[in-house]
Amino acid sequence: MTLLSVEDLRVGFGRTGRETEVVHGVSFDVAAGETLAIVGESGSGKSVTAMAVNRLIDYGGGRILGGRAIYDGRIDVAAATEAEMQRLRGREIGMIFQEPMTALNPVLKVGTQIGEIFRKQHGMSGRAVRQASVRALDRVRIPDAARRLDQAPHQMSGGMLQRVMIAMALAGEPRLLIADEPTTALDVTIQAQIMALLAELQRETGTGLIFITHDIGLVAGLADRVLVMQGGKAVESGPIDRVLDRPSHDYTRHLLNAVPHFRAGQAVRTDGVRDGRAPALDVRDLAVRFPVGGGFLRRTRGEVHAVDGVSFDLVPGETLGIVGESGSGKSTTARAILNLVQPSAGAIDTEGRTAVQMVFQNPNASLNPRMDVRALLAEPVIAAGQRVDDAVVGRMRALLARVDLPDDLDRFPHEFSGGQRQRLCIARALMLNPRVLVLDEAVSALDVSVQAKVLDLLVDLQREFGLAYLFVSHDMAVVERIAHRIAVLYAGRIVEMGAARAVLSDPRHPYTRKLISAVPSIERRRIDYALDTEEVPSLLRPVGFQTPAQVWRQIGPDHRVASEQTA
Amino acid sequence: MNYVLRRLLMFPLVMLGVSVFVFVAIRLVPGDAITAMLGTESGLLTPAQRESLAAYFGLDQNWAVQYWRWLGGLVQGDLGLSVTYGQPVSQIIAERFPLTLELALLSMVIALLIGLPAGVFAATRAERPSDLIVRVFAMIGQSTPNFVVALLAIYVLSVGFGTLPTMGRFVPLTEDPLGNLAQLILPALALGTAFAAAVTRIARAAMLDILSEDYVRTARSKGFSQGYVIWRHALPNALIPVVTLSGVEFGYLLGGAVIVEQIFALPGVGRVVLDAILQRDYALVQGVVLFIAFNFLLVNLLVDLAYAALDPRIRYGAS
Repeated sequence: MTLLSVEDLRVGFGRTGRETEVVHGVSFDVAAGETLAIVGESGSGKSVTAMAVNRLIDYGGGRILGGRAIYDGRIDVAAATEAEMQRLRGREIGMIFQEPMTALNPVLKVGTQIGEIFRKQHGMSGRAVRQASVRALDRVRIPDAARRLDQAPHQMSGGMLQRVMIAMALAGEPRLLIADEPTTALDVTIQAQIMALLAELQRETGTGLIFITHDIGLVAGLADRVLVMQGGKAVESGPIDRVLDRPSHDYTRHLLNAVPHFRAGQAVRTDGVRDGRAPALDVRDLAVRFPVGGGFLRRTRGEVHAVDGVSFDLVPGETLGIVGESGSGKSTTARAILNLVQPSAGAIDTEGRTAVQMVFQNPNASLNPRMDVRALLAEPVIAAGQRVDDAVVGRMRALLARVDLPDDLDRFPHEFSGGQRQRLCIARALMLNPRVLVLDEAVSALDVSVQAKVLDLLVDLQREFGLAYLFVSHDMAVVERIAHRIAVLYAGRIVEMGAARAVLSDPRHPYTRKLISAVPSIERRRIDYALDTEEVPSLLRPVGFQTPAQVWRQIGPDHRVASEQTA
Repeated sequence: MNYVLRRLLMFPLVMLGVSVFVFVAIRLVPGDAITAMLGTESGLLTPAQRESLAAYFGLDQNWAVQYWRWLGGLVQGDLGLSVTYGQPVSQIIAERFPLTLELALLSMVIALLIGLPAGVFAATRAERPSDLIVRVFAMIGQSTPNFVVALLAIYVLSVGFGTLPTMGRFVPLTEDPLGNLAQLILPALALGTAFAAAVTRIARAAMLDILSEDYVRTARSKGFSQGYVIWRHALPNALIPVVTLSGVEFGYLLGGAVIVEQIFALPGVGRVVLDAILQRDYALVQGVVLFIAFNFLLVNLLVDLAYAALDPRIRYGAS
C-alpha cells in the first residue's frame, strides 16, 4: 500500500514570484514498511525534498512551487493548509534530524520534550504521560529510563540523544518516518547501534521510512529502494541491489567508485618504507590531563586523563593513522604534538618548532575570511619570524600550483569551494617546509567525492616532499587509503598498533574489532545489526592517579595489541 | 548553593574597593562641607568655630584616619552622620529607598509587559510591515529622554483630564496602595518607556536567532502550533539576554532617577545623592554610593541565579 506518492515535486527559496528553484521535479513512492534511501552530496536537494514532504520547508524560507505529494491517498501535502499540516506532523509523519545535540531544546528536560507529544497526540495527562515516556525510552533501549527523563539534553551523549530523538519521533505513532542523516554526527559504533534500532523498530511497527544520507555504503544494509539525487534532480532510482550492482547513471557509478569504501585492509598503501631511518617525529609516554573542578575557592576534584602513555614514532614518507571515536583522545594527541594543549608528561622529539605543521578539520573555520591568499600563506612565515620576500612569494605561487589552485594571491577564502579551501590550508601548512604534517580529520568536512581527490593530493605531496603524516580520523575507509601504519586509540590509550594491513585485516583488540565491524559497507545488504549499549568508560581519575603501564602482546612483525585489563 | 556562598564571600572585597574609590573621589572635588553647608555665612565663622565644626564631623583628620574611622563604623553598621541633614546616613537611606525600589520594580514590570510581547511579535513577523512598525516605535522609545516622556505624561493628564499627579508628600504603599500607585504610575511610565524599547529590541533579536534553531524545527515536526512552539520552546531560550539587560537597567534604577524624581517631586535616592554631592556631604555620598554598589552586586547575583533557573546547562555546569 502506497503511503506517500510524490510526483514532479519542485521546491524553491526566496521571495514569492522570484524563487530560486533547487528541487526540479522529483518523483517517488514510499509504501508502508518500506525503506527508501535518498542519496546525494551536499546541495543535491535531498534534505530540501525531505523537509518539503512535511512542509517544514515553509519555516526555512522555502516553498513548494509545484507537483503533488499525496499522503495516504487522501491529502496533498503540497496544497494542504498549515492547520492540516499540524495534524499530520508528529501524528502521521515523524522526523529525525541530523544533529541530536542541537535538535533537542537545551532548556527543557528530556521528559518534558517527550511528554508533550503524549499530551498532544494521545490526550494523556498526569501519571500516564510519565509512564508512557518511560516506555518510549525503554523502547529505544535507553538504560535507566526513569532517571533519564529528569535530565537535560546536555547531560546525555550524542548517541543517547539520538535515541531520545527517535523515541520522540515514534511517540506520535507515525506511519511515515523521515530520517535526515540521523547518524552523520555520531561515531561509527554508535551509528551502527542507531541503524540497528531503526531497522528493528521499523520491523516492529511497519512504518514507512525515508532515509536521507550522503553515504551510499550506509544504506546498503537497510534500504529496499534507492533514489540518487544530484543538483536537485533524481538521476537514478530503483531497488537497492539493482542500483548498487548495476548502476545505470554515471553519477551513481561515480558515487560508488570515487568514494572510499572500507575493504578490511585490502585497499591499504604498499609504498611504506621503514628501513631504520631516523624518525621525523618521536613521541614517548605522552600524557594530557585536564583538571576538573578548579576555580575560585574550589579544590580540584580530579583529573581527566584525556591522553595517557601514548608512544609512537613516524619516519619520513610514512603515514600513521590514528583512529578512535569522540573522547578517545585522538585530537588531543594531535594538538599536544603542536603544543596547542600543554602535555602533562612525556617527550616529543622533532626538528624544531616549524618542522611540524597542522591542517584542521573545517577549512571554513580555519581560514580567516578577511585575509586574502597572500596574507594567509604569509602567516606561518611571519609567525616563524622570517621576512616575506620575493622568494617567499615565489614559494606561495609554486605551492598553489602544486595543490591545483589558480595562481591568484588576491582572492579571499569565500571565492573557493570547500575542497579548494582545504587545498589552501594544505599549502599554508607546507609554507615552512615542514617534515611532519598533522592532519586532524582533514577530509571529514568535505563531500565524499572531494575527499578522494584531496587524499590523492596528500599521497602525491607525501612522495614528492618525503613528508610524514599523522592522520587523525574517525573514518576507517579514509584511513585505510592513506595510512601505512595504524594506532587505535581508546579511552586515551593506544590499544592496538601496527602495519595498516595487519591491523585492519586481523584486528585483535575487542575495541578494534567492534570499530571495524561497525563500518558500513556496500558489500553487506540488509544485515541484522547487533544491539549494544556499552558506553566509553569515564576518564576521570583522582589527582595523582598513576595509570598502570600497558602490557603489550606482539602479534606479527609490526603488529601489537594491549592486554585487555589495561583498556 | 555552594556557588551562591562563594559569590557572597566576594561581596566584602568589592565593597571595600568601592569604598576606597568613592572616599577618594568625593574628596578630590574642590570645596569643603562647612563652606557648602553654611554658604556665604561661612565667611562669618571665626577660624576657631570653623575648626570646632570640622572636629565635630571628623573633617580635621587626614584622609587615612578619616577613612579608617569610617570603615570602623561601617563594620558596625554605622554609615556615619550626614552634615546637611544632621541625621544618620542609614536613616536617610531607609526613608528614601522604598520609593526608589518601588519605582524601579514598577518600571521593570512595565518594560517587560510591553517589551517582551512586542519583541516576540516582531520576531515572528520579521521584515514584514508589522515588524517594521514595532522597530520604529522601539527606536523612538529608546531615543526619547525620560523627562520628555514625563512632561508629555503630565501634559496629557492635566489638559486631557484636568488633574495632576499627587506631588510633594510621598504616599507609602502600606498606607494607601491605590494612592501610592496613582502617584507612581506616571514616573514609572517615564522610566519604563526607554527600558521597554530596549527590551523589545533585545527580545526581537534573541527570538530571531532562536527561531532558526534546530530544536524549534524539531518542535514543529512534532505537530505543535506556532503559538505553542514560540512560548514553550523558543521564548525560554530567548530570555537570557532579556534578563541580562533587565538586571543592568534595574540596577541603574536602584541608584535613583534624578530627573524624573525632580519632575514629579518624589523624595527618592537620586535627589539625595545629587544634593549630597552639591553640599560636599561626604558621609552621605559615601554611604549612598556604597549602598547603591551593594544593590548592584545583589542584582547581579539574582541575575546569575535567574540564568541558572532558565538554563540547565548553567545549572549543572556544561559538560
